[in-house]
Amino acid sequence: MSSPEALLLTTGLSRSFGGLVAVDSVSLQLEPATIHAVIGPNGAGKSTLVNLLAGEIKPSSGSIRLRGEDITGWKPDRIARRGVARTFQHTNVFPDFTVFENCRLAAQSRNVHLMRWLKPAESYREWNDAARSAMAMADLGGRAGVPAHSLSHGERRALEIAMSLATAPALFLLDEPLAGMGAEESTRIVALLKRLSADHSILLIEHDMDAVFALADRLTVMVNGAVLASGSPGAIRANAEVQAAYLGADVPMTAL
Amino acid sequence: MADPERPRRSTASHRVVTWWLVLGILALAIFPAIAEKFYLQLITKIMILSIFALSLDLLVGYAGLVSLGHAAFFGVAAYALALAAPASDAPNLWLTLPLALAASAVIALVIRALVIRTAGVYFIMVTLAFAQMVYYFFHDTRLAGGSDGIYVNTRPSLEIGSIDLAQDLHFYYLVLAVLAGVFIFLGIILRSPFGRALQGIKANEQRMRALGFPTLRYKLAAFVLAGTLAGLAGYLAAAKEGYVNPELLAWHQSGMVLMMLILGGMGTLFGAVIGAFSYVLLQEWFSNLTKHWQLLMGSFIVLAVLVLPRGLAGLGQSIALRRRSSASSDDVEP
Repeated sequence: MSSPEALLLTTGLSRSFGGLVAVDSVSLQLEPATIHAVIGPNGAGKSTLVNLLAGEIKPSSGSIRLRGEDITGWKPDRIARRGVARTFQHTNVFPDFTVFENCRLAAQSRNVHLMRWLKPAESYREWNDAARSAMAMADLGGRAGVPAHSLSHGERRALEIAMSLATAPALFLLDEPLAGMGAEESTRIVALLKRLSADHSILLIEHDMDAVFALADRLTVMVNGAVLASGSPGAIRANAEVQAAYLGADVPMTAL
Repeated sequence: MADPERPRRSTASHRVVTWWLVLGILALAIFPAIAEKFYLQLITKIMILSIFALSLDLLVGYAGLVSLGHAAFFGVAAYALALAAPASDAPNLWLTLPLALAASAVIALVIRALVIRTAGVYFIMVTLAFAQMVYYFFHDTRLAGGSDGIYVNTRPSLEIGSIDLAQDLHFYYLVLAVLAGVFIFLGIILRSPFGRALQGIKANEQRMRALGFPTLRYKLAAFVLAGTLAGLAGYLAAAKEGYVNPELLAWHQSGMVLMMLILGGMGTLFGAVIGAFSYVLLQEWFSNLTKHWQLLMGSFIVLAVLVLPRGLAGLGQSIALRRRSSASSDDVEP
């Protein structure tokens, strides 16, 4: 089942909160340069899965391997420095910092020497360059000097992705990047994710099915914490179990 | 070279800060020419407390760590000088100062290491508890005179030319130089990658961790640095007064320096200095008016917090900002 080129591999990953099993024995494999979407109804355990992969919470059992290395139980900052960048379901940027400073600080995280006390932070060219190219990639180049709190909702979501990008990750964990967006803003973020997927892996949690099927190379469907099905978008679309369990009665088949 | 990424406001305000700094240092430098001995000593004391407040501002205002035990580091360095000083000769500053700073740094390192995961109100309580332990250590043992305290018979000597720190004027200029040095040093640090990381941690520690910053290590470094700078102030205080007692470590002292910060405005270096000056000067003024000066002081601080949530320095900032934005309202980014 596991292939040597898997970027991220989870085996029997579980997490329970008291009696509730939020994530139930999830085995997942992410390949390089692919978008792997995880879908499922609210409460399926998708966000808990992201928090487990990012080290924000510890698994009750199971293991997580990144490029073959066991990272189970690592702290979030250590996982991040290994090339896993995550975004949050609720926008999580530094509101009082400018767009540039948000991205520059993100790039600075690649080199966390404690004793850099004397030179101004802006004099480190490699961080400025990383911040600039991340802003350009996310179409925020013209907003560099604007404080993050005066951005539009869509721009803040784009900034969050730009910050992740500035950390030069191999893998993005994106928790509902399209949440609360209008059609135009969504299109913009979908295009950005498409560009990113050329040389990054993305684990995408998303409710917008149009976006999911436009982007995903692979799909995993979660219900009640467990994986119901995993496969290509075509296979998932045709899967009778998925139709019955996840789509239920209310969602029209054409949504898939 | 103009850097489009840097907002115009920050470079402009940087220039303003530099001007105020130069102005402030100049004013303090010529002050002794017009001052009586009493005021010379008073301003010396205020400048020492300014260093103390600056050290706490690094923690509270920039790293977001509210400590109610900051006097421990101030007092430990003061005691270090008192204990290291020879009975009759002047202690050598170049030997006793590093010793005192090291003592404060070690205490800060130990305390922070023991409370590494506490945050918020727990951190406040734990720092208070540890500071009280240090207080009772000096209060209840005969090591340094117990509750009576201990004398530093002679001021430290600088061993440079004809500088004689026993003269209040010379000592005044030493303290002024140290204050200016600490102010500039912190200004540099806050613009450095380390300082930016601290400000990020204060704004949103979870996001910083998710970006890859080992935030606990940054907070440890900030705590030790702040403790060491508080020790610098404590050393100067012991040298000035020639006398050290457990009150220097007491929680009143920690509360007072926090009060100075709140009054002056946290998160700005000027706020710390303005806070120290206004606190002590108000205290002088109120205690001349009435022996119930603490009542007046308390009311004033409550009023200041209600009217000026960002302190006296915040008041100055918002006046300056309003003036600038009305002067250049067509200059704002789209």
